[in-house]
Amino acid sequence: MKLESLKAGALSLVFLAVFLGIWHLATLPKAEIQGAADEYAKLMGKGAKKSDGFPTLGQMGEAFATHISDPFYDRGSNDKGIGIQLGHSLGRVALGYLIACLIAVPLGFLIGMSPLLYRALNPFIQVLKPISPLAWMPLALYTIKDSGISGIFVIFICSVWPLLINTAFGVASVRRDWLNVAKTLEVKPLRKAFAVILPAAAPTILTGARISIGIAWLVIVAAEMLVGGTGIGYFVWNEWNNLNLTNVIFAILVIGVVGMLLDFLIAKLQQAVTYVE
Amino acid sequence: MPNPFDPEVRLGCSCGAHASQADHDQSVEAMHRSVIETAVLRALFPQDAVRRRFLSAVGAGTALSAISGLFPFATLEAMAQDKKPPEKKDLKIGFIPITCASPLIMADPLGFYREQGLNVQLIKTAGWALIRDKMLNKEHDASHFLSPMPLAISMGLGSAQQPMRVATVQNINGQAITLHVKHKDKRDPKQWKGFKFAVPFEYSMHNFLLRYYVAEHGLDPDTDIQIRVTPPPEMVANLRAGNIDGFLGPDPFNQRAVYDESGFIHMLSKEIWDGHPCCAFGVPDAMIKEAPNTFAALYRAVLTAARMARDPKNRSLIAKVIAPPNYLNQPETVIEQVLTGKYADGLGNVKNVPDRADFDPFPWHSMAVWILTQMKRWGYVKGDVNYKQIAEQVFLVTDARKYMAQLDMKAPAASYAKFKVMGKEFDPAQPEKYLGSFKVRKSA
Repeated sequence: MKLESLKAGALSLVFLAVFLGIWHLATLPKAEIQGAADEYAKLMGKGAKKSDGFPTLGQMGEAFATHISDPFYDRGSNDKGIGIQLGHSLGRVALGYLIACLIAVPLGFLIGMSPLLYRALNPFIQVLKPISPLAWMPLALYTIKDSGISGIFVIFICSVWPLLINTAFGVASVRRDWLNVAKTLEVKPLRKAFAVILPAAAPTILTGARISIGIAWLVIVAAEMLVGGTGIGYFVWNEWNNLNLTNVIFAILVIGVVGMLLDFLIAKLQQAVTYVE
Repeated sequence: MPNPFDPEVRLGCSCGAHASQADHDQSVEAMHRSVIETAVLRALFPQDAVRRRFLSAVGAGTALSAISGLFPFATLEAMAQDKKPPEKKDLKIGFIPITCASPLIMADPLGFYREQGLNVQLIKTAGWALIRDKMLNKEHDASHFLSPMPLAISMGLGSAQQPMRVATVQNINGQAITLHVKHKDKRDPKQWKGFKFAVPFEYSMHNFLLRYYVAEHGLDPDTDIQIRVTPPPEMVANLRAGNIDGFLGPDPFNQRAVYDESGFIHMLSKEIWDGHPCCAFGVPDAMIKEAPNTFAALYRAVLTAARMARDPKNRSLIAKVIAPPNYLNQPETVIEQVLTGKYADGLGNVKNVPDRADFDPFPWHSMAVWILTQMKRWGYVKGDVNYKQIAEQVFLVTDARKYMAQLDMKAPAASYAKFKVMGKEFDPAQPEKYLGSFKVRKSA
């Protein structure tokens, strides 16, 4: 077992090395004409350090060092450090996600316990579920009249469906035997919900939560690119305007790592409530 | 005061007693003046009988000129009205990161807002639709606009109707048609059939100038080429990717396309209409009424910046001040080339056009009338347009004159002027005739 994971780790490293090697070879500096004395060439930025073009590994390293060494700088309302931007994004996701949980879990419970309600609401859920959350944006901006809250609304609307459906499904498929046992013991409905159904459905609910957080994190980047102001999505947009690929790639990696951590967090929670039948 | 419930009465201005807002402003000004004059004469002649005897002896005209020699009425008037502390100090102002916004951006790092007792937060915004929405939502107190936008919003075109005003024009000229490098040999617009062009917004000078330009060369902009709306910051990336063949866009993105070797400057917008307005500094009408002192302070700050930006000597400094990530987030040399007019055109030439961009703040009514004719020409507005009324309501010429005078800036005495667009004269007194003279236009 230990050997296996060691082997896998080594293989991962090899893949990484190959990837970086290709990157390095592909971005080797081309032999540039050193005619920077010419006025035209000077205006075109020849000879000077240009931010465009695909960055070399050295430039990437430099970008990592500058961003990570000073993640919380604040030079005015449109130029903040990567840490502050991440904070804004995580705050939006957390708020939208929390509201989604508060609404989707109780509602999912109701739907799951009542087959009638389940069938009545199913068509609506099926229509609303596949709508791209960003399609809600213009409507949200127009009606809510606040771009910040609109962003949070978009997170809410994208994370509510997986949670709702999974909760309903989890609640509906609790084993009959356990419900019957509860019935014979004459357990009160509220106690039944918390002592029998919730623990039984928890793994399914958390699967929904895990899907939701993944989608929410995907969507926040796009939403912030659209609305601007603050957040990691705004950071990507702002650097894209300057065609600064180095910073864009850096941001992409950060988004990936944070997304992985969020997923990991919920996965741990899921493990804690999983049971063996 | 007129009876507002009388169906015959026209409520032309904010108090309802005048035919138009311009008349209202004038009479309010006259009232201020007469109050000040009364105060001065009272001070000179504490006994009213003496004043009356003096006036009938020398004549009112002589007395006025004699006294105004001693008392600078105009200055007194300005002092009486202004420099009151602003009602609202903390303001949010939206902007798009382009050189058109130079005056309103540089006013922040150079401290012109602070000088007027304002605490301004500049908010970089992702596109013009969002600028519109955030103004309508009152998330921003004032904003960088494309000059046709306040007209459109005030008329309820492409948005909910809300009275929006143009306090100053931000910049004149300073735009360009940029084409993809692969079109280096297609300099004649007749070869542009099927091209895809980007403009920043439907209600933009860019859209109207591009349409005008291709139409003059016999192309119908609605059928022969494709015009799509793209936020300025995304134009270069789209050009580079080959999504568009060119754009009529704001700087620094024309120069940026050259700098990145993905485009070349086909022509500057000044070659289409020298002195055309581009962006504007706009405020909601509600702010002028609810916070007149804030409005005045803001006006002075932006005009101070415009005055500085007009001087070619200051342009390199301005480029340095607005280049950082907090504002334009562009290489300094790109912005400097735009502002100084000494630039590489992408075809191997160094050009020197000092008036490539300029920052004349005066909001000519004739500009607004021209914009309205083009809106009608391309079907953005249908039916009869009361050109003069809308222009005079939205473009605040009287205020501009007043605040420019306070800063010793020269403002023209007229509000309308004739000008030429691609050699063809525009007479603001006859907009319908002008409109009728175009062969290429959207058939209704």
